[in-house]
Amino acid sequence: MEQEKKKSLIDNIWDFLASVKLAIVIFALISLTSIIGTILEQRAEPAKNMQILSKLFGESLAPSLYNISEKFGFMDMYHSWWFTALLIIFSVNIIICSLERLPRIWKLIKEPISPMSEESIKKLILNREIILKGKPDNNKALLADAIKSARFSCQEVQEGDGYQFFSRKGTYSRLGVYITHFSILVILAGAIIGIRFGFKGYLNLPEGAVSNAAFSGMNKEIPLGFDIRCDNFDVEFYGMSDMPKEYRSWLTIIKNGREVLQKSIAVNDPLTYEGITFYQSSYGMVPDSIGRGIFVFRLISNDGKTSNTNLRFGESFQIPGTSVSGKILDFSPALKVDEHGHAFTYSDHMNNPAVFIEFSGAGKNTFSGWLLRRQPNTWQLPDGHRVEFIDYWGGEFTGLQVRKDPGVWIVYLGCIAMSIGLFIALFMSHRKIWIKAVEDKNNTRVLVGAITNKNRAAFERKIDAIISILRKKQEGVK
Amino acid sequence: MDSSFFFGLSTMAYITAMMTYIAYLAFKKSQVGIAATTITITGFIAQTAAIILRWSEFAELSGMGFLRSAPMTNLYESLVFFVWCLIAGYLIIEFKFKNRSFGAFITPVAGLALAFIDLTGISKEIQPLVPALKSNWLLAHVTMSFIAYAAFSMSFSTGLMYLILSTGKRNELSYIFWTLTFGIFFIVLASMGLDLLTFKVMVKPDIFIKSYLFKTSFLNPSAVVKILSWGLAFITLFIVWRYGHVLRTVIEKFDLNADMLDEITYKSIAFGFPIFTLGGLVFGAIWADQAWGVYWSWDPKETWSLITWFIYAFYLHGRMVRGWKGKKVAVVSVVGFMAVMFTYLGVNLLLSGLHSYGSQ
Repeated sequence: MEQEKKKSLIDNIWDFLASVKLAIVIFALISLTSIIGTILEQRAEPAKNMQILSKLFGESLAPSLYNISEKFGFMDMYHSWWFTALLIIFSVNIIICSLERLPRIWKLIKEPISPMSEESIKKLILNREIILKGKPDNNKALLADAIKSARFSCQEVQEGDGYQFFSRKGTYSRLGVYITHFSILVILAGAIIGIRFGFKGYLNLPEGAVSNAAFSGMNKEIPLGFDIRCDNFDVEFYGMSDMPKEYRSWLTIIKNGREVLQKSIAVNDPLTYEGITFYQSSYGMVPDSIGRGIFVFRLISNDGKTSNTNLRFGESFQIPGTSVSGKILDFSPALKVDEHGHAFTYSDHMNNPAVFIEFSGAGKNTFSGWLLRRQPNTWQLPDGHRVEFIDYWGGEFTGLQVRKDPGVWIVYLGCIAMSIGLFIALFMSHRKIWIKAVEDKNNTRVLVGAITNKNRAAFERKIDAIISILRKKQEGVK
Repeated sequence: MDSSFFFGLSTMAYITAMMTYIAYLAFKKSQVGIAATTITITGFIAQTAAIILRWSEFAELSGMGFLRSAPMTNLYESLVFFVWCLIAGYLIIEFKFKNRSFGAFITPVAGLALAFIDLTGISKEIQPLVPALKSNWLLAHVTMSFIAYAAFSMSFSTGLMYLILSTGKRNELSYIFWTLTFGIFFIVLASMGLDLLTFKVMVKPDIFIKSYLFKTSFLNPSAVVKILSWGLAFITLFIVWRYGHVLRTVIEKFDLNADMLDEITYKSIAFGFPIFTLGGLVFGAIWADQAWGVYWSWDPKETWSLITWFIYAFYLHGRMVRGWKGKKVAVVSVVGFMAVMFTYLGVNLLLSGLHSYGSQ
């Protein structure tokens, strides 16, 4: 007695975990809680969410609501214990639900189709009857053709007063649902592998710098196992606007002191080495870069003599073949001139780099002014010489997203399985058809019966098409 | 002739088609019906031409090649493509079910959406692409998402019509549900129209929503107007609830039967769901992985797509496993579409996140 009671409790739990009702409750819970997660900004500064809450519920309620949300982990809810628990229950539900139903479905698949009696055919949801002229044996080819036209490959059996064709199609389509369910588990497994054995980090690498580690969100160092160097970084803009068209980093991987890989990366075009992928994600100026950067100029004198030079801030150069020299006195990453002719820096990014150069010839200051890299018309000096501002190298860093995720291929595999599973589950059906021919006063009475697990209307149209083929052939015989 | 000429032509055609479909419903003359279909098809061809022209204009301007220049990168272009999918879906249904009655529902949506673009002054300029959008995934991800959205809107309209047609008692939950939904939809549209008229704003929609939305009514600084607006809103809801059966008699005249509506609702969802899964979620994840280095980041757009996905999964389970039919699942299809609308527009206009391309 005691034993029985216990068993039924386990059975109850099992039934509960296998139920569609639970699935629906989980769908609802995940969806509803997720909504809160899209309104409150995740992993944000407290002030930000405080502002959102007071906008929605008023200043007076906001602090207590904030505390409640904080307590239940809504500020980072997708990583909270209860959201993880929901995902686990979801997985358990899928597993047990499949374990519960799969054996039955498998039996249904493996069960061979067998001929049916006249009464049973008439009891099927889809059934039709038609009288053909002539004895059943004379109509055999006609019937076989009709069934073939519906793309069924059929089995045949002789019966006392005639014969019967029967066939089935799309039997394995019954597994589509399980492929889809299984794929969700595969995707979750891939995600777990990624979290457990991979990492997510970032790396801000100045031009020319080398690093052997990336950094996680809490500024923790993650060793890479090799060195990575940023050789160059460049932004291309749309026309003269400050809207970036593309930004690109030229990277070199150095392993055991040897350069093993060189690649330029851009957004949508990352670099992968030893399972670690580097994504172009942002860029910026190195703080206090002024002593670090190197100015690259091409100098052209008014009689055509040319030379290239690399300089640091404060250094001087000489126009080739002349006594004119220039000295770098100021630098701005983004220079703009206001309506009073006053120059100022308008951005922290190197959108419009400019150098202020003072020129002198024969001991006298001759000219001074700003040269802008994006505006070649500023390169021409009044005395006919030309200073081309080619680059300012070393002042910018490239912002790299660094990630290792050994689970990503499992996730993609799951995605492919899900797409295939959904296609099968929604567009393919398990169809069975029986066509029985019985002799009836020297004519043939044909009984057609059919069942399908999905999309009955479409199958009905197909059955009617078979009937109309038979009817047409019949008229042809007449 | 450039793309804007054909866009104008298609807008006009859809609005004319709407009136013709309504005339068809009123007079039941088959010639009128044929005319309505012809006008819709003309509009559709014009719109197709417009999209292709804009596509090649963009390809030429950006020099990025045809595959990457799909004109679906901002709110204006996506709305146009959405309308295109909707009309394509409608024409398929008209052809398959030999029924023109939906035309009177679908063409106004198309016309309204295109007119909405003109009214709000959403930028129609071809905008340069930010680096993250330069990818071959753009075409697959965006087209498939919008095909799914169009299928879901179809299921919404048939689901709603099903509810209107098959509920009668005023204390029935599904009756209260559809009258409330319908009423709120109407009130929101009406007050937005009022905002547009009062402020005559021609600004980006995200700025419109943040600074002007409901300022003439519910969020008016004057307390009297505020109370009046709420009062009017409740009266409207009451009227819709009280006289909802009038809509029912209207729809009954359209020779639409409930079973057909139920079937179209199911078929649209069964068609849209796998496309949404593959194109929206899977391709989106692969692209995010390439561009941002993470295939799933619980970004609001991603989360709302997942919510949408769950709602339609709920529909399919309810119908296929539990054998729910009719009103119960029709309610789900209506709720599902609200999630679609929020995923498409709400997330971009109201929430912030990585995926903010569609807000201007």
